[in-house]
Amino acid sequence: MESFRCKGLSKSFDGVRAIADLDIEFPSSEITSIIGPNGAGKTTLINLLTGFVRPDVGRCFLGEHDITRLAPDRIARLGVARTFQDLKLILQVPVLDNMMLARPHQAGETLIGALLRIGVAKEEMRNRDEAIRLLRLVGLEEKATDLAGELSYGQQKLLTLACCLATEAQILLLDEPVAGVHPDMADKILDLMRTLRDEGKLILFIEHDISAVRRIADHVIVLDHGKVRAQGPPREVLERPEIMEAYLA
Amino acid sequence: MPEASVLEVKNLVSGYGKREVLKGVSINVASIEILAIIGHNGAGKTTLLKAIFGLIPIWEGELSLNGGTMRSPNPIEMLAHGVAYVPQGNRVFTELTVRENLEMGGVTLRSKASLTEGIERAVDMFPALKLKLHRTAGTLSGGEKQMLALSNALVLSPRLLLLDEPSLGLAPRLVSEALMRIKQISTDSRTAVLIVEQKVREVLKIADRVCVLRNGRVSFSGPSKDLVDETKLREVYL
Repeated sequence: MESFRCKGLSKSFDGVRAIADLDIEFPSSEITSIIGPNGAGKTTLINLLTGFVRPDVGRCFLGEHDITRLAPDRIARLGVARTFQDLKLILQVPVLDNMMLARPHQAGETLIGALLRIGVAKEEMRNRDEAIRLLRLVGLEEKATDLAGELSYGQQKLLTLACCLATEAQILLLDEPVAGVHPDMADKILDLMRTLRDEGKLILFIEHDISAVRRIADHVIVLDHGKVRAQGPPREVLERPEIMEAYLA
Repeated sequence: MPEASVLEVKNLVSGYGKREVLKGVSINVASIEILAIIGHNGAGKTTLLKAIFGLIPIWEGELSLNGGTMRSPNPIEMLAHGVAYVPQGNRVFTELTVRENLEMGGVTLRSKASLTEGIERAVDMFPALKLKLHRTAGTLSGGEKQMLALSNALVLSPRLLLLDEPSLGLAPRLVSEALMRIKQISTDSRTAVLIVEQKVREVLKIADRVCVLRNGRVSFSGPSKDLVDETKLREVYL
């Protein structure tokens, strides 16, 4: 897998420094958790890495590709997918259609492809099968024809995860994947993340549920005021008294 | 003497399209009481709040506020009756400043003086916001947005607060702080609170009573202290 890193990354909003000169290389085929107090810059970092926010200074790299100034869809096509805290599903269309839209490189999405429709039907069938398989994986197969807006928040969260998987990205950036989810379902999501890691994906996730971080993270990065305060294996980082005091107490 | 009910819901049936989600839910919330609603994803917790606030129609059943029956409630009517709703996912106007958001929270207030008073009372509860009144809400952290969403609801001094997962997106340290703040709001302002929360152990610490929803029906209802025992909690919730 290509390395995924940022160098000298900084971003301010309204004069307030959200990310301050960050140099991070995310370990390949591992689960990295970003933790930190509210306002530490966690979501901003994901926004910068995925092109949703442009940095003031610094660069983001996927292998040798400089992806700093690329639009989010270009970065997604290079294999970096993400979820959002506020989910961003298309609520007025069925669950299955949300999944179908997430599939990459569809023949019918170009003008010529849409007009000629060569191979489009077969591809749609394949995409549908894959979408159903992924919905089954997150326990939403029975909801395939329901409108996304009719799902509960927890179910919508599972759907965003399934959409993320439908992109076939190798790098997944997940913003609080188990927040607001019943413990049984949270267990399933964490197991799924572990399976995806074992299949070779790099997973970066923001999470406030420290028990979830302890369970599945290989590497923990503690952000505070836009800077890395600590990083390393969870059993080391999460035992440090200053981390406990500042964040977990 | 028991406190009078602010909200009484009897055999409520509601859903989306043709899909029935709530299959006869009955609950009541007394003034200065916190009632927690817990349950699996898809059990109908958010749907219950939406139906009470009039965001989706009530198909069957009765809903009374302060003893008066509400035939087909709508959000404007509910606001006028002192009910405020804070939906999931820290919904704020990201392009507006914190102060402008709070002004939107008090949009139904008629005089400037009562708006100013309402805003001051709301930010007194969350001093961190007081320092950021001129910041664009979109640049706040997730936790600050959640505080703002809650403050927006407080501008109107509601008699009943409907809260959908207020701890979502908050760092561990802030979760118990936010819930204690809700307890304080309930006690100090004599506000009844109906709160949906997935952080069950934390919400049990502030709730007077708890109601477990399962597949659109109430499967357990009783004092919170009955669920402090881990075995009982696992039995009814996990």
